[in-house]
Amino acid sequence: MNYEGKKKIWSEFQKEIPDDKYFYARSCIRQNFNPGAEQAFLDIVRNRFGKDFYEDPLHTTCGGIAYHSDTTPEETSMTIIARQFSLMNQAGYRNFVVSCVTSFGLHSEILQTWEEHPEIEEKIHELLWKACRREFTKPDFLMHSSDMMYHYRFLISEQAKYPLINVRTGEPLKVVEHIGCHYSKIFPSKSVGGAEYPRVLAGLVEALGGSVVDYPERRHCCGFGFRQYLVKANRGYSLTNTYKKFESMEPFHPDLIITNCPGCNYFLDRWQYVIAETTGKTYGDTPGYGIPVLSSEEVAALVMGYDPWDLGLQMHQVAVEPLLDKMGVQYDKSAKYKGPGGKDLGVPVSPANIRIF
Amino acid sequence: MIDFGYGISPSSAINLERFDRARFDRLCAEEPDVLKCMACGSCAASCPTAGHGNMNLRKVILLLGRGCDSDALAMTRSCMLCGKCLLVCPRGINTRHLILSINKIYK
Amino acid sequence: MEPKNQQKNIVVIGGGPAGIEASRTLDSLGYTVFLIEKEDRLGGHLARWDRLFPYGTPAGDVLGQMTASMGRVKWFTGTEVTQLNRLERGYNIILSNGMSVLADALLLTTGFSLFDASRKEEYGYGIYDRVITNADLEDWFSGIPVPAIDSPRRIGFVHCVGSRDEKVGNRYCSKVCCATAVKQACEIKEKFPDAVVYCFYMDLRMFGRGYEDMYLEAQKKYGIIFVRGRVSEVSEDKDGHLFVKAEDTLAGKPLRVTLDLLVLMAGMTRNTAVAPIVRALELSTMEDGFLKPKDSMTQAQSSYAAGIFYAGACTGPKTIPDTVAEAKAAAMSINEYLRDND
Repeated sequence: MNYEGKKKIWSEFQKEIPDDKYFYARSCIRQNFNPGAEQAFLDIVRNRFGKDFYEDPLHTTCGGIAYHSDTTPEETSMTIIARQFSLMNQAGYRNFVVSCVTSFGLHSEILQTWEEHPEIEEKIHELLWKACRREFTKPDFLMHSSDMMYHYRFLISEQAKYPLINVRTGEPLKVVEHIGCHYSKIFPSKSVGGAEYPRVLAGLVEALGGSVVDYPERRHCCGFGFRQYLVKANRGYSLTNTYKKFESMEPFHPDLIITNCPGCNYFLDRWQYVIAETTGKTYGDTPGYGIPVLSSEEVAALVMGYDPWDLGLQMHQVAVEPLLDKMGVQYDKSAKYKGPGGKDLGVPVSPANIRIF
Repeated sequence: MIDFGYGISPSSAINLERFDRARFDRLCAEEPDVLKCMACGSCAASCPTAGHGNMNLRKVILLLGRGCDSDALAMTRSCMLCGKCLLVCPRGINTRHLILSINKIYK
Repeated sequence: MEPKNQQKNIVVIGGGPAGIEASRTLDSLGYTVFLIEKEDRLGGHLARWDRLFPYGTPAGDVLGQMTASMGRVKWFTGTEVTQLNRLERGYNIILSNGMSVLADALLLTTGFSLFDASRKEEYGYGIYDRVITNADLEDWFSGIPVPAIDSPRRIGFVHCVGSRDEKVGNRYCSKVCCATAVKQACEIKEKFPDAVVYCFYMDLRMFGRGYEDMYLEAQKKYGIIFVRGRVSEVSEDKDGHLFVKAEDTLAGKPLRVTLDLLVLMAGMTRNTAVAPIVRALELSTMEDGFLKPKDSMTQAQSSYAAGIFYAGACTGPKTIPDTVAEAKAAAMSINEYLRDND
């Protein structure tokens, strides 16, 4: 493997990332599955780096789930997204950052459609006005939250308390980076690093001390796919694709999987439970535990010393304790299932074939 | 184990890693002309079972060369050894003899 | 030979097979020929190649025969055209060596560039150590060490790299890669008789005399395995072997194979070095950037501009015999032009 060759490709896929002043839009599923990730993102950029990231409680879903599962037409998503832009205009921001990869793909697709078909944008202005008497202008820059983590990677590493290094061996942790399809496969030019050798997470991992695992099915889709998991009859397809990835990464013994997509994160995590409970097999080098799957924000926060349970890492299926121990993170084992103020959240039932604590 | 109502589906991909070439090499030694096939499909088109049975000699040769033996052998069972394919093969492969050799080596 | 021909200067730009052959022919017709080559040696891509399809003729022999007698041709290597001006009759050409030539006719034999295989990112040329190109393999055949070639047991050839590919802007077929792949597959099988050798092709374009025989020999004598399907993606496994995905379109199934060596058949693309000349002389190009002849049927060696002619791969992918024939034809076209305009 020639690292210089990858650098040559990365140099062709760079994008301008403004340093500050963003309007932030959340992910529908992530704020439910892993709410700590978004909370940590805002806390890091605002309170650790002193940046201006504005969030408006009036913002909504982008409609991506409905759009990608063929239940609403594109015009509906366009109008919803136009409303988000309107909120951004109203708050006085010109840069838009989204937390979700599908959202990023959909925003990019819509902005490109409007670029190529101004008459469609004109129609959406009209629809938005009819729907809620609002007007909008497009953002100057559209970013994904992983772009921001990449952009701030050296600020993160400056404040690193627990870098991605195995404290027992002194070796870099072996990290699988998984990029959501809608981040760079739709528009490689709108990503950091392109679609074949994406740089966005690899750059973050390297800056935080880890080493990136380049395994054969690295580019493969996690299998999530809205139409696959929404319909039970199709779920085997989703599961099989995740299985294929785990089989391919297994010989590399990864310590951690980092993703930039809420859907990938969820399914690479949860399908490990289903694989364990249907085949008895777990992956990773801690027998019976599986490989922890964290988002870029969660990894950044963990490295910067956030408490894992404040971060909500107990919301992940695969137990993170083996990873925390490798990183040397100080944490209270007994606090895993305590909520704010010590409230007892209840201990989940332990599955038969994958350990959770 | 739990039955979730869905599961991991087996791959239908041809995996050449898992192809043990020994038997195919034996076939090639006995029937060197099998290597000459250029996949034109004349044999399959003129086969009297075409459209009725499974037989497709073009595919049989291909599948044996990819290690998909059982798929290939399921096809040869429909062959009636009429020899029409021998007449049309532009590369002069003795197809009738080839099918007999396949059945002998892969029995 | 007309003695007055010697008064006429012809500048030939590009010292590959087309330029050499045309220069020699024009010289034999009595013209004063200046052959300009920017590299330090004559021969173009042919000088880098080891053997030629379909009979395995050593490229050096072919080049040696061509350059054995250059007659009175004034040839300059390591020399570039720095300026070109259209005069009322003919052209003024200034060279990097300080020379200035008043040319009555100009022949472009600027050839092609080998497609930069790293542009097909999914194949990982320049990233994965065991991915090489057809040109790298020719180097190895000529005795130049190529570290990627380390007793390979499983070898793949990918046809149409940078050809028949609209995404890289090359919709056309590069014409020579199918035959080159089959030739190289047989040659490497001779070097490594125990290796399994695959050719991943979309169509086998065995159009020339002797090519079909070469293909048949590749199948029967060398046991080369032909898989109809384009390689879609290459990655490295834990041991640095190449994990390759393609579809076996004849079986209608995805196909996976692990290889020790993958050879990319980089195609021919327009020579970008010719761009300043194209601009200076306002020459017409085709949408893929190759030079556009006046008429592809009957005036394939003529440009739209008076006194400017083309031969060889500057107008599109060509084999060596095509190129040599065009070089002769261009010499005759120039001869007719100069006679008619005398």
